[in-house]
Amino acid sequence: MGRLDKQRNIIDFTLSSLMRRKARNIALMLVYTLVVFVLASVMFFAQAIKKEASIILKDSPEIIVQRLVAGRQALVPEDYIEGIGKIRGVQSVAGRYWGYYFDPVAGANFTLMVTDNGPAIGKIRVGKGVLRSIRASEGDILPLKNYVGEWIVFRIDGSLSSESELVSSDLIMISENDFRKVFDMPKGHYTDLVLDVRNSRERAVIAQKIKDIYPDTRPIIRDEILRTYDSIFNWRSGILLVIMSAALLAFIIFAWDKASGLSAEEKKEIGILKAIGWETSDIIFMKFWEGAVISLSSFMAGIILAYYHVFFASSSLFEPVLKGWSVLYPDFRLTPFIDGAQVTTLFFLTVLPYTVATIVPSWRAATVDPDSVMR
Amino acid sequence: MIELTDIKKVFNAGRPNEFTAVEEVSLSLDSGKVTVLKGPSGSGKTTLLGIIGCMARPTSGRIHLTGPLMQGMAFAPKGAPAEVTSLPERFLTEIRRRAFGFIFQQFNLIRGITVLENVMLPAYPMGDDFKSLRERATRILKDFNLSGKLSSRIEWLSGGEAQRVAISRALINDPAVIIADEPTAHLDTKLSAEFMDIVKRLKGEGKTVIIASHDPIVFDSPIIDRVVEMRDGRISGEHIRS
Repeated sequence: MGRLDKQRNIIDFTLSSLMRRKARNIALMLVYTLVVFVLASVMFFAQAIKKEASIILKDSPEIIVQRLVAGRQALVPEDYIEGIGKIRGVQSVAGRYWGYYFDPVAGANFTLMVTDNGPAIGKIRVGKGVLRSIRASEGDILPLKNYVGEWIVFRIDGSLSSESELVSSDLIMISENDFRKVFDMPKGHYTDLVLDVRNSRERAVIAQKIKDIYPDTRPIIRDEILRTYDSIFNWRSGILLVIMSAALLAFIIFAWDKASGLSAEEKKEIGILKAIGWETSDIIFMKFWEGAVISLSSFMAGIILAYYHVFFASSSLFEPVLKGWSVLYPDFRLTPFIDGAQVTTLFFLTVLPYTVATIVPSWRAATVDPDSVMR
Repeated sequence: MIELTDIKKVFNAGRPNEFTAVEEVSLSLDSGKVTVLKGPSGSGKTTLLGIIGCMARPTSGRIHLTGPLMQGMAFAPKGAPAEVTSLPERFLTEIRRRAFGFIFQQFNLIRGITVLENVMLPAYPMGDDFKSLRERATRILKDFNLSGKLSSRIEWLSGGEAQRVAISRALINDPAVIIADEPTAHLDTKLSAEFMDIVKRLKGEGKTVIIASHDPIVFDSPIIDRVVEMRDGRISGEHIRS
């Protein structure tokens, strides 16, 4: 109990000490929290969105085949299905209908898609982001303007639940018939084709064969999409971190100066404590607690704020840089995901150096003869 | 009892600014007595006090402590005098914490925290229960008429109050020896006389008191048992009154 009481007593004095330099310590904690907040926000966002991407791609087709005309995406004729289906190793080929629809009232791009077991004619199923954008709920109506400017009214039959809101946020599921009515899609054509292959290691070979048979196509393998997502968000996080690095550097200099330089008053206090019977180790403990209180509470505050910012406030502060303005236009909420290893790395990069920087000069000051306070 | 044998203290040894502060000092200080180290500035009083109080090690010579001074020290041989100059730093810290209470010339109280916290500070590393420690500190401060100042900050106190807080702090671990360095240097005549009354009380409680001073109010006081005169780092004379 004695050792525990000793530490409690030392912590008690540490807190009193911190309160003496209230303004300075609060300012330091604010800056510290801000730095952790920025770093953790970028980290949480990049990790969560990459995680979302992998969730989406887990169930996505192994190969997508698009057709290009003059470098632009064009509709795929029905007979391509038969030709690609004959390639050895292809398990199944299917045509997909999907497209983008800009809703001027909501100011958002929705993705309209036709799926198997989709809604009946005149009905749609929508993602949560769509419901939020148009402020509607299930059972309400949603009018969509067709290619000649006429309104077609759809009843919202249900909303889409998904492991990842990124998959379904802006999605409107519609019947094939209604899709053709909205977009004037010609019969015998698809937006693109999706393929399943028997042996996943043959994807690249099959993609090459498709390209050989139909030179106007662009086969996209699932792994390529995943790599693209990773690169995009790593690059965006990097850009933000480079911008923030100046602030980070300023903080490091500020914190190092504060933590490592002891004022004459602090040195005198250490001398007094030694003279009245504190051991060098007691003083190191005191300074350890001081550093730990400041850095740990700032770290926790920064992490909690970043968590709220990314997962509940849609990363509103860094949105334009991190998300991009066109790719993910409708509002969506990320599924909370935290990578323990990254949080630990952040902890060791922020809390540990600060605590060490606090202890070392105090240890040096605490090894002087206590009689220095008498002279 | 404190036994000093041929104590010498040299500062900056081997450098051009080498300086011998104390030399050839042998002294035996009895328990329960009040001793004054008297002498002009630079005579070595404060350095000697620091050595007696285990704050600094002598360059040469030996210090032996016996009796109630070494009670409760795990490393001390029972009954026999303990030679302390060769002890590791942490043992010296324990002696300093348990056996000695210090009253410094500038009081050396910590600003920004309360009177009560200042008094409790020397006891924190002992690992005492916080509640009983707080009660002990409150009782001592009450004895010195400082009940109303428990929550006051040090910088709000008058000179006399600050000194009584410094004395309370010196007593928190119930040490056998009180060491005071020029305790009246910053006090007027009335407050100096009050300080000597406190010393009388401490003596009555069986404490050994060692004071470094060149103030006549201190060394002419009737409660002083012994005056050791110092000059140029050496003992130049001695008066035993009782």
